Amino acid sequence: MVARMFGFAAVATCLAMPVFAAVALSDAAGSYTISPAGSSIRFSVGKAGGGGLAGAFASFKGSIRIDNSNVGRSQVNITIFPESVGTGQGRVDAFLRSDAVFDAANNPEIQFRSTSVRRIGETSALVTGRLTARGKTFSEKFTAELAGLKAGTIKFHVTGKVLRSRYGMDVGTPIYSNVVDFDMTLTGRRG
Amino acid sequence: MPTLITNDTTRYGWAAIVLHWLIAAIVIGQFVLGFVMVRLSSQRTAFELIQLHKSFGFLLLGLVILRIAWRLGNAAPALPRSVGPLERRVAPLVHFALYVFQLALPLSGWALVSVSMLEIPSVPFNLFVMPDLPLAESDPAESFWTSAHWYLAYAGIGLVALHIAAALRHHFWLKDTVLTRMLTPSSDHRAE
Repeated sequence: MVARMFGFAAVATCLAMPVFAAVALSDAAGSYTISPAGSSIRFSVGKAGGGGLAGAFASFKGSIRIDNSNVGRSQVNITIFPESVGTGQGRVDAFLRSDAVFDAANNPEIQFRSTSVRRIGETSALVTGRLTARGKTFSEKFTAELAGLKAGTIKFHVTGKVLRSRYGMDVGTPIYSNVVDFDMTLTGRRG
Repeated sequence: MPTLITNDTTRYGWAAIVLHWLIAAIVIGQFVLGFVMVRLSSQRTAFELIQLHKSFGFLLLGLVILRIAWRLGNAAPALPRSVGPLERRVAPLVHFALYVFQLALPLSGWALVSVSMLEIPSVPFNLFVMPDLPLAESDPAESFWTSAHWYLAYAGIGLVALHIAAALRHHFWLKDTVLTRMLTPSSDHRAE
């Protein structure tokens, strides 16, 4: 029902994207390259007393492959370059890049490789995969909601929570939460 | 038998003595921590030491307020007869200045973290969130309070050094009770 309502809302707001609610998997199937222009990877970390630290990664790449016959065999790979982190405050960015957090000099890439994709609604899926940062790999889950599909372009809104302590990035806890909230818009172009 | 907790006109009581040495240890520790934490190459350790410095700063502020209240509500022991006329006039001024610095140092640090654009919350010893002072955040304000905190620290170190030198002079040179009466409230000191 929620998915249906989402579908109606999407139809109402995105006239360029008809038959949104009843996406035929075959329409979406194919291989996509994530386009930085239409994508963003934002994050926020709550802090003691309210509010939080919010930022985004400006540089990343990746691919989305949607399997024609079995959505569960779909694949998402994303590589984030932590050097590109931006919070609007240069000193915070330098701190995040340093060995206190990302250690971007020695660990220039954060990688996500999906291991399973499970459809949980008409336009949503739970993506499980292996996240590697600072040489540590753990299984993480993200929810992907289809946010647009038209002429060779597919757009997902992806959210998820990651515990930073597991990746050797627990600096500042408990003043800053251990939970990092991710909010991503990923736009893929076919090919 | 009078309690040894409070001061009388001839000696310090335990409360004043404990507060004096506790605050002395924290102040000297804060000087050392403050110098070390801004000279580290590890940003992680620096962050953690800065939070520790803030925690001890708030503890210091609380203890200093308690100490000033205790000082105002208690008798102040008279200086021993061995103290000369010049020192009799200068010592109270130095002591007053020391109280001013004990208050101004943690307050300027609190102002510094309150106006900082980094907006790092103050959570003393990870126990509770200390609100910021109601001051506007800005880079110029942060620079100002950073400088103020540094200059106050330098001046404070000078005063503490003078205070320690005077105490040692009394103990080893003049051989009077100025230092020992701050160690215990023993009635031996009354003989002076």
